[in-house]
Amino acid sequence: MSKSRIIAGAAITALIGGAIAAFAVVWRPAIEAIGPPAPQSFDPALVKRGRDLAAIGNCSDCHTVRGGKSFAGGLPVPTPFGTIYSSNITPDADTGIGRWSEAAFRRAMRSGVDRAGYHLYPTFPYDHFTNVTDEDDRALYAFLMTRPAVHAPARANNLAFPLNQRFVVAGWKLLFLKGETYKPDSAQSAEWNRGAYLVEGLAHCGACHTPRNVLGAEKASAAFSGGDVDNWHAYAINAKSLSPLPWTTEALFHYLRQGWDPDHGVARGPMAEVVGNLSSVPQSDVHAIALYMRSVFGTPTPDRLSQASVTQAQIKSPSVQAAQADSPGGSIYAAACATCHESDRPLPYSGINLRLSTSLSAPDPRNAANIILSGIRPVAGERSPIMPGFANSMNDDQISALLNYLRGRFSNQPAWAGVEQTVRDARKSETVFLQTQPERSGAPASSMQRDKP
Amino acid sequence: MMTLKVNGHDHQIDADPDTPLLYALREELKLNAAKFGCGLGQCGACTVIVDGKAVLSCVTPLLLLDGKQVTTLEGLGTVETPAPIQRAFMEEQAAQCGYCIAGMMMRAQALLQRNPKPTDAQIRDELEPNLCRCGTHMRILRAVHRAAQLMDTAELTTNGQGGVQ
Repeated sequence: MSKSRIIAGAAITALIGGAIAAFAVVWRPAIEAIGPPAPQSFDPALVKRGRDLAAIGNCSDCHTVRGGKSFAGGLPVPTPFGTIYSSNITPDADTGIGRWSEAAFRRAMRSGVDRAGYHLYPTFPYDHFTNVTDEDDRALYAFLMTRPAVHAPARANNLAFPLNQRFVVAGWKLLFLKGETYKPDSAQSAEWNRGAYLVEGLAHCGACHTPRNVLGAEKASAAFSGGDVDNWHAYAINAKSLSPLPWTTEALFHYLRQGWDPDHGVARGPMAEVVGNLSSVPQSDVHAIALYMRSVFGTPTPDRLSQASVTQAQIKSPSVQAAQADSPGGSIYAAACATCHESDRPLPYSGINLRLSTSLSAPDPRNAANIILSGIRPVAGERSPIMPGFANSMNDDQISALLNYLRGRFSNQPAWAGVEQTVRDARKSETVFLQTQPERSGAPASSMQRDKP
Repeated sequence: MMTLKVNGHDHQIDADPDTPLLYALREELKLNAAKFGCGLGQCGACTVIVDGKAVLSCVTPLLLLDGKQVTTLEGLGTVETPAPIQRAFMEEQAAQCGYCIAGMMMRAQALLQRNPKPTDAQIRDELEPNLCRCGTHMRILRAVHRAAQLMDTAELTTNGQGGVQ
């Protein structure tokens, strides 16, 4: 009797203790709402720095629906767990972050908790943003709070139970959120450290380029080994890189700054937005990122270097170049692709020699299939590389034959498996993407107003 | 020799399979509505419709067209009986030099077959690959809206090619 009473007492104590511990893990206080600060209360120099930092952080990419109002959120982000919609980070008092103090903003960046105390899903990459300094958070806050306020209520996420309960995220954070800030490496240069700070922090490169575990957290042991984003493969950008020529600091800088590089080709898919943003930030920051990433790639092995020199020799030798129309895929390549891709015109006004294309050496043909289908659209208002899409003129069999031929001719890797399925999936996602393109902003409301061209 | 289906007729074409469709249309079949602009699929002047979809004929070799139906502007209407899209472009005086207009009409036609009531934004988005250097864009936009109305309200043109193929 007394023994069972002791056990019951112990059980109750444990339950209460557990509940208190769980409460401590899960519960976060609300931070008091403020009246939206007046835009003129922020130092313009701080706002400008925040603008550059926001571009490095690529904030607009997720927080803006294509063609919609900047930073108003609402973009569906597909995850293996369901669809999460990005939030409105304009200073709108009711639907944005207008009532957030700087402390609330910093807490969101550091530990993924919103002003009211709710846990944010880690699609918002606070596992990287823990590295951002207070000073940079202040600049970002100043930038965002001086944007036009947009009334845009949050869209409900589409997640299954129990993931639709935000307290679950607290458990994820216990496992995966280290909460450390960036520690400079004194053995490295100031520029290297600047690059590392940006790459590991605000630029959150690993969010796409590092593979994730079953719980959706980046695998720390496989940093930069290649990941997935939408229907694209984010290439390995470490020693596992499959780019035919090894990346140099200058190539990385050119690519990140201009959006293309003569030895590696053109940024497209989700990376196009990233390099678009990086074209507008201080050059020194982009160079620091390039310098740091070059060290992440590591020194190429002698084997890799000799492969690269073979590739370079092949490019220069026209006899090997001549397109062969000896297979269905080869015929398509010779007739539809070689005009640009073997034209000897320099990039970006022509197609890259496909021997240099990482997409054809990639683990799967997703990126190559996406590009053949939809091409590369020009960047508005700029000179930029473009490529026509072939979705309307090639059927799935023709694209599959073409991909198999390209892989065989331009890569040293074994043949791809499941090419047909990849092409079907790519066509499906291309259609979805085009159909979900909303009305673009900035255009006049109607072309029917004759006297107002 | 290969068979090319253009505007509802089978044509025997004596050309290599890697010949761009544009060359076959202009040189072999003397269908000159589709224009040679850049030859690289970057300007849209050569746009025709293949199986209902807008295609850049300068970068589409004949070998991709086995069993497919090609429609050119000549297949939509004639001077005597213009198709709604052609009437609309004339009524809005959308052409200045006119070089891009055939391609514009073909891409707009493909859009209207898929989406009979496109918004302004949808038309802009769809026609983005087609360049016009005279700057008649606003007239082109109005013409596409007018074509949509014509197809919706007016009786279809007498040759039965009123856009729904």
